[in-house]
Amino acid sequence: MSLVFVQILNGLQLGVLLFLIAAGLTLVFGVMDLINLAHGVQYMLGAYLAVAFYGLAGSFLLALVLALAATLGFALALEVLVFRRLYGRDHLDQLMATFGIILFLDQGVKLVWGAAPLSLPIPDALSGSVTLMSGLLYPVWRLVIIASGLAVAAGLYVLVGHTRVGMLVRAGAANAALVSALGVNIRRLFMLVFGCGAMLAGFAGVMIAPILSVEPGMGDTILILAFVVIVIGGIGSIRGAFVAALMIGLVDTLGRSFAVDILRLFMGPSPARTVGPALASMLIYVLMAVVLYLRPAGLFPAAGR
Amino acid sequence: MAEPVLRLEHVRKSFGGLVVIDDLSLDVAAGELHAIIGPNGAGKTTLINQISGLIKPDAGRIVFAGRDVTALPAHARAAAGLARSFQVTSILPGFSALENVALAVQARSGSSLRIFGRAADEAELNEPALAALGEVGLAPRAHVTAAHLSHGEKRALELAIALAMAPKLLLLDEPMAGTGREETGRLVGLLRQLKGRFPMVLVEHDMTAVFALADRISVLIYGRVLASGTPQQVRADPKVAAAYLGDEME
Amino acid sequence: MGEAAPIGSRAAPASARAGIAVPGLIFGILAGLPLAALVAPENYLLDLGTRIMIFAIAAVALDLVVGYGALVSFGHAAFIGLGAYAVGILAAHGIGEMLVSLPTALAAAILFALATGAVSLRTRGVYFIMITLAFSQMVFFTASSLAPYGGDDGLTIAARNTLLGIPLFKYPRVLYYVALAALAGTFFLCRAIVASRFGRVLRGAKENATRMATLGFKVYRFQLMAYAISGGLCGLAGFLLANANDFVSPAYMSWQRSGELIIMVLLGGIGTLYGAIIGAASYLLIEEFLSRTTEYWQVMFGPFLVLVVLFGRGGLVGLFARLTGNRHG
Repeated sequence: MSLVFVQILNGLQLGVLLFLIAAGLTLVFGVMDLINLAHGVQYMLGAYLAVAFYGLAGSFLLALVLALAATLGFALALEVLVFRRLYGRDHLDQLMATFGIILFLDQGVKLVWGAAPLSLPIPDALSGSVTLMSGLLYPVWRLVIIASGLAVAAGLYVLVGHTRVGMLVRAGAANAALVSALGVNIRRLFMLVFGCGAMLAGFAGVMIAPILSVEPGMGDTILILAFVVIVIGGIGSIRGAFVAALMIGLVDTLGRSFAVDILRLFMGPSPARTVGPALASMLIYVLMAVVLYLRPAGLFPAAGR
Repeated sequence: MAEPVLRLEHVRKSFGGLVVIDDLSLDVAAGELHAIIGPNGAGKTTLINQISGLIKPDAGRIVFAGRDVTALPAHARAAAGLARSFQVTSILPGFSALENVALAVQARSGSSLRIFGRAADEAELNEPALAALGEVGLAPRAHVTAAHLSHGEKRALELAIALAMAPKLLLLDEPMAGTGREETGRLVGLLRQLKGRFPMVLVEHDMTAVFALADRISVLIYGRVLASGTPQQVRADPKVAAAYLGDEME
Repeated sequence: MGEAAPIGSRAAPASARAGIAVPGLIFGILAGLPLAALVAPENYLLDLGTRIMIFAIAAVALDLVVGYGALVSFGHAAFIGLGAYAVGILAAHGIGEMLVSLPTALAAAILFALATGAVSLRTRGVYFIMITLAFSQMVFFTASSLAPYGGDDGLTIAARNTLLGIPLFKYPRVLYYVALAALAGTFFLCRAIVASRFGRVLRGAKENATRMATLGFKVYRFQLMAYAISGGLCGLAGFLLANANDFVSPAYMSWQRSGELIIMVLLGGIGTLYGAIIGAASYLLIEEFLSRTTEYWQVMFGPFLVLVVLFGRGGLVGLFARLTGNRHG
């Protein structure tokens, strides 16, 4: 029983992480109609920059702040140099250009930091485990991730739902041309959306760095998951991204943990061990196919799509 | 009285909370040109979309050529002889004018599942296509890419495409939209020539054109048919004058 | 005039010539390459050439649906993988006869295309991209977990396919010419399709699907058929790939591979068919030569792709057309 609870928490942690990445992705797609395959490398870059700044500063908090600032700076530079010219272009062109950026950065970090996985230590105060229930120990850091992710979600909810800027973003997600015609500086709005999205991804990278190993290509797997999240959630919708991210986090984690056991109820242990992991990996894609079949525009499509 | 080629019975359509078509019943007799007029927002385009099958009604029946087509998708209705033009020009911009029309002919002439043989060379397709282009006066522009045609020419192309379908009923959604006076005159002359060949439903704002062409007029207000009859009857109807026409008739 | 040439206002005579000249040039070079191999390190050139042609087959097949049907499939590598695994799995069970392996490879790819296409084609735009990706990921994970057939590590193929017992593919030169024939067949088949009635409906649906429906065409059916043909041709490429590499692995079906296929088509020039061949060749040649210069060749290749997108509309074909002053539509 406690194992299930632990996996539920792990699922929430993955979900929250996915949300941080998917939020930026869905906004950029919703507002600027831009498919950004390179979003995953923002996440990876956040992790690498955190490791680098930690090496210089020695403090996790300082490393976090500096990494976020650097991620933002880098993202804005990319926006001005490349992405600005991709708005309005065919999705195919965007796919190819952002694919090129992935190649460049995946190899780039290898050049700068080497191919060996790096690590970032958890701040001492938060590195232990905490007893949640009798006999159930859970790492504090993972709880920190969950908490910070939920805090960001709450912050985004307030920002996007209850401020003027947020209203512009939501309007932009529904109809960017109209917003521009109303006299809003659409260029600045796009930069804002892009920068924030990148920072969120970078933040996710920093937070997960102490748990996962930081290595080239770490953004690629999570990118695909993030795309699945935004497609299920509905493109342009933060709320959709939140719901879908938690759903995927839970389904994927619980699926991987218990697929073999569940299958063993229906078939022998040996076939279960073969089929189980494959089925578990496929689960979220099956989920996406089902959702798209029932709701072709996702669960919470932004109005106007 | 002969069976109407199109009959709408108590059709209803809402979008969210907004009722756009409200208990609408309408007949189009064989051979007639039936105009539908009404202020903007009255539901005219939604009505055309429902007849052609791009939108499904929430309630009611649509009977076309004696067949209940309410549940039939758009392509099936088109295959059965229902042709339409679009209010916002809807052609294939990358194809030449001839290819646009030849494609309409192709839909009617045997299987399109052939993967061999050059479609562009088929006389079976090109000849009727050129004939249709000739009828609307576009024959000299047959090989021009559709995207490079003038607005009025594109509207004429829409008509040629519809003609090439040898329709049992032609739906025209504001064919004069955005055309200048000369183009409008040409289109009116063209439609007058086509009258009697097949029945037409004409949605239009241009009152001169409507009164010059229509055999019968139905007035659509807030999704309902307010009045229906010959142009004289509609013109004389006080309800219509009050609700819509105002001094436009003078 | 070749329908495969870029669409211009009047079929510009130059693009009509290009439609004949370019493929002629390509196939001339490819046919003559093995002769050049007589003076160069023989097997290396032949192997490289074979590999280029195999991916060119897949790229042309992809161009059919992407360039002419506007169906951006991000899962086309799965069809290659299915074809390859058909060969690998049969080989693991001792069946090396081409007359069994080839139809199996094609059938696997076509059936998968029909099944997944039936679902995927109900969606549009980015949703279509994602759902094709999802299906290919499913195949990827299935292959990764097939422990008896190598799982993650892949499966070595002891002997290449034989034809009625004759080990034809053992000779690189024979494999090369078979691949060349397959590429030629693929190219001319796709070209015929594009110019046919079927192709016209497909292209029309790309321009304006609503209009096509109101003309009476059941667009879905045409797209499904095109998707299945495209998948089948990729299955053919997979069959050849398994034989050329003596090895199959789940990596053949990764999403990165699907992405690379799209890049090959875009790089060469989408919607021209011969552009796909040029794109596949360019991509693989750049990869081959850059990777000999430095381990970090992608640091250069990445920005190169970005520049091609930003400044090179129409890919290499478009670039060439502009340089030679052709009128481009």
